Amino acid sequence: MTIDDLMLQRGEWLQGTGPMSDVVISSRIRLARNLANYPFRNRAGESDLAEILRTVSEAALSCRSCKDATALDLDPADPLDRQVLVERHLISRQLADAPGPRGVVVTRGETLAVMINEEDHVRLQALRSGLQIMTLWGEINALDDELAERVEFAFDGQLGYLTACPTNLGTGIRVSVMLHLPALKLTNEIVRVARAAEELRLAIRGLYGEGTDAVGDFYQISNQTTLGKSEEEIIEEFGESIIPRVVEYERAARQALIEKRPVQLDDRIWRAFGNLRTARIISSEETLLHLSHLRLGIATGRFPKMDVKELNDLIMPTQPAHLQKRTGRTMSGEERGALRAAFLRERLHHLN
Amino acid sequence: MAIPCQACEKNSACVHLTDIRPSGEAVERHLCESCAMKEGVAVKPHTMSATVLEEFIKQGLGLKSLAERVCPQCGASFKDFHEQGLLGCPYDYTAFADLLKPIIEKAQEGAARHTGKTPGPSDENARRQATLSRLQRSLKQAVEAEQYEAAARLRDEIRTLEER
Repeated sequence: MTIDDLMLQRGEWLQGTGPMSDVVISSRIRLARNLANYPFRNRAGESDLAEILRTVSEAALSCRSCKDATALDLDPADPLDRQVLVERHLISRQLADAPGPRGVVVTRGETLAVMINEEDHVRLQALRSGLQIMTLWGEINALDDELAERVEFAFDGQLGYLTACPTNLGTGIRVSVMLHLPALKLTNEIVRVARAAEELRLAIRGLYGEGTDAVGDFYQISNQTTLGKSEEEIIEEFGESIIPRVVEYERAARQALIEKRPVQLDDRIWRAFGNLRTARIISSEETLLHLSHLRLGIATGRFPKMDVKELNDLIMPTQPAHLQKRTGRTMSGEERGALRAAFLRERLHHLN
Repeated sequence: MAIPCQACEKNSACVHLTDIRPSGEAVERHLCESCAMKEGVAVKPHTMSATVLEEFIKQGLGLKSLAERVCPQCGASFKDFHEQGLLGCPYDYTAFADLLKPIIEKAQEGAARHTGKTPGPSDENARRQATLSRLQRSLKQAVEAEQYEAAARLRDEIRTLEER
């Protein structure tokens, strides 16, 4: 499997399926692990990193969980290919940009990924559309067990899994859910969600994680503390209590918009549609903003021209790296904007 | 987005309260740490924060040598960690245990003990041990909160597990 093969797929985070998919885009669990007998990544030399990359890649590829997986060597890879992986949520920006030997093992369905030599030696990732945290835990836990039979992880009876940064110590678990919260944003109720999240020691971020703003009303909520609770406790609290409440809140806000401000709501939706099908130059941020409003229109039954899958199929191809990869060359921002607008017009042309 | 303290109107508020009036009306209040303490609002006593620690290190109040302590395994000093936010190797957690303890507690909401999974195929014994320590922690919390019914239930659960 190559990057080109991946490009032919929809991408797991954009399947548009799974529980609560009217609000929950995707769920993700990451586990931070380090090999016991090496310095952490920032203090490891080139040869250590190369050895870690080889050891972990081979171990991961021999796991049953990864039987259809491919190992991608990221250091020599084309920066555009690395960016494609970031856009597909298969690797972090940090792994794409960091220097030195590093890589990722990805399954064909894009649901499991093993990042190697990110901030920690190993970052396991399980990703699925909709709210499926329990399923993800089953999958990532099995992969973690298999890996632990093949390599020795740094572990301490008192402190748990030892990580380069103490904020990941213990379980090393990071549960993240990507939510589409346009109605909470429109009604400014999002401020309350942010405040509640802060009190619950949760982080709220934008589409591409740490240090990114919320573009197109897509928000990522994740746990901050990793020590003192078991993985199951963290997951249960998150998946059965916190996220369903935010989902209910967004649904109620959508209902209120339909009942109290239907004209304003329709105005947003149809202007978004108008912009997308007439623009001659459009950035990926503006595209996401309008697609977000169309998605709200689909979810509220006020924009029957498309379904969520058709809408999702406009997101990935209009991302900068995917756009350039399909064209086969790197382009300036303006050139990309024109190409993106042409692509959108062509896709939306038949909808009248 | 710092909210100013509503009492002194000087410091930025870090304590956010929702008072429920007898009428049932909810009123939000924002106070700074010292005004909150003055008003008798419970504020969790601070463990030594990273910034306080940094001050100590900078002032070199005999702690200078602590910052320069070096991990015998990887050669990283505690100062390196302080500057980069990242440790040098797994052994740093042992070499700098005393210095990391308050930092870990601050980052992890006061938690100091792992109760989750252990590496390798399911180790029944370790799992039992983890469950035990989790129950003991809950028991302690229940006693502190004077929830005696819950405490009794937890105590029974711990006994059953210990006898197995």
